[in-house]
Amino acid sequence: MHGLLLLAGVSLLSFVLVELAPGDYFAEMRLDPRISEATVHALRARYGLDRPLPERYGRWLASLAKGELGYSFAYGQPVGPLLWPRLRNTLLLTVTATALAWLLAVPLGTWWATRRRGPADAALTGLTAMLLALPDLVLVLGLLLLAVRTGWFPTGGMVSLGHEQMPWGARVKDVAFHLVLPVAALVLGIVPALVRYVRASVADALGAPFVRAARAHGIPERRVLFRHALPAAANPLVSLFGLSLAGLLSMSLLVEVVMSWPGLGPLFLEAILARDFHLVLGPVLASTFLLLGGNLLADLLLAATDPRIRTEER
Amino acid sequence: MPALLEVRDLTVHYTSGNGAPAVAVDELSLDVEEGEVVGLLGESGCGKTTLLLAILGLLPESAHVVKGSIRFRGRELRTLSGAELRGLRGAEVSIIFQEPALALNPVRRVGPQVAEVVRAHRRWSRRRCREEALSMLAEVGFTAPERVHDSYPHELSGGERQRVVIAQALACRPALILADEPTASLDSTTQAELRALLGALQSRFGLALLLVSHDLGALAALAHRVLVMYAGRLVEAGGPTQVFGDPLHPYSRGLLRALPRAPDPAGSREQRIPPPIPGMSPDPAHLPPGCAFEPRCPDRLPPCVERPPQETRLADGRHVRCFKYGG
Repeated sequence: MHGLLLLAGVSLLSFVLVELAPGDYFAEMRLDPRISEATVHALRARYGLDRPLPERYGRWLASLAKGELGYSFAYGQPVGPLLWPRLRNTLLLTVTATALAWLLAVPLGTWWATRRRGPADAALTGLTAMLLALPDLVLVLGLLLLAVRTGWFPTGGMVSLGHEQMPWGARVKDVAFHLVLPVAALVLGIVPALVRYVRASVADALGAPFVRAARAHGIPERRVLFRHALPAAANPLVSLFGLSLAGLLSMSLLVEVVMSWPGLGPLFLEAILARDFHLVLGPVLASTFLLLGGNLLADLLLAATDPRIRTEER
Repeated sequence: MPALLEVRDLTVHYTSGNGAPAVAVDELSLDVEEGEVVGLLGESGCGKTTLLLAILGLLPESAHVVKGSIRFRGRELRTLSGAELRGLRGAEVSIIFQEPALALNPVRRVGPQVAEVVRAHRRWSRRRCREEALSMLAEVGFTAPERVHDSYPHELSGGERQRVVIAQALACRPALILADEPTASLDSTTQAELRALLGALQSRFGLALLLVSHDLGALAALAHRVLVMYAGRLVEAGGPTQVFGDPLHPYSRGLLRALPRAPDPAGSREQRIPPPIPGMSPDPAHLPPGCAFEPRCPDRLPPCVERPPQETRLADGRHVRCFKYGG
């Protein structure tokens, strides 16, 4: 319910903001002496740009309901069909990166929490601080440089030439091969923060009175860690899971542009530059939707892992 | 025949960054015999909890045992390996912490938390550990152990949680239980119930109990001996009737006057409010060279500022550490 309201708010706000920006898709045509003022007028009228703002919003909402999500001037077709394959590619990238990042962060952070004050602690603190301080763009460019120099991985795109002719298994392999670099960029971008969170919440749980009580009852240390500290540390981490999806999504837009991954990122950038309004709104709405989905997933997970929350709901 | 637990000259320091170490337990010696209930009385911060943690080797990183020995059934606990200590904790010596709400894992059902104590020390099947947990839950007074077994801690009341904690402590039938103010956080009716439960379990299992408490009623009813602790030292030891009826050490007297008891309704409001001991307990990082209680003592003598008094054994079997009685 809350999510639906948010979605409506985001749609209205982004629509108004985008419309408020100066100029439109046809503005540049006016500079071209070969196109007459009357032609531009006629074009604007044809796409309904001469209507007042509320009416345009209403029309856009109507097309939203039909799944078309408005009309792209540049492509001359509804936004929806343009968006779906891009959305799928972005999801492939971010879901893979999210899964990989957490699979790395949880064991590493847990292990780190049990190694207080030592060479490993110092090394991990330094390494994560360095990665956290590194701007995303530098990270992405560095990886690209590595790929170009070594030639180990493709530096851009999602498929090789001749992908269509490959058998099914080879196609999957081809996409996976192209995934390596952008996923590595995303994972490296977010893992340092995640590892630090995991370490902090596991260390917190290890200092809790019930952990001391468990040790006082002679429970073996491994069991103390896995059956007492980890389940108790899960609550803040699950909340973070939703947030991490948001972070990855916004970072993925950048990575996609630089590594020419055919996701929402390049489409979004291209649409902004061309002032292709409805095409700008598509990715915005899609991202909002993904975020909401991530948070919903986190809430469901939270209810599944924390009995205190289940009781509140009853 | 040595006592079940023998603590000799135990000294525990806390170190915090730079500066003098804080003395939490200072050359403390005590015995607990098989099946004996020893009450330990003293104000907050006098080192009672530190003493219990030191016995089980559970001191936080900032604290360490400087000297002394801790023997359980004649075995020196200070030299045990981590694995040996783990085998001892919960199996032979258990502890009940003060805050039952915090001693149980909030995201796990309580039954398995009792069963896992059994499982940590016995090579029993999962099923048998569960049955043992259920019978322990019945033992601590639950009429529907199955229901409690499947509850989460937040679904139980404070008294129920403390019963679960007692069931954990008892699960492997230890010879000695260290109890750190086990009833302090509960309301007075529940306190009375748990006091009765502890007494019943103690005699039923022949437990030795080192009971830290401010609950004079509990100590008077349960304890065979009462020790009074001040600034990391024992200042007085004797039977409950001796210590409560006729305290000798000036600190014991002040403490017993300051503890609440059923008020005399005929008295004025001022008379019904227990008088506090004037002054503050000493900074454990800067203990006075003489008797630690001297700055607050109404009966101080010339030697009190010079050196700490020694323990004196009196004709009636009591021990006291004060120059008034010889020092």
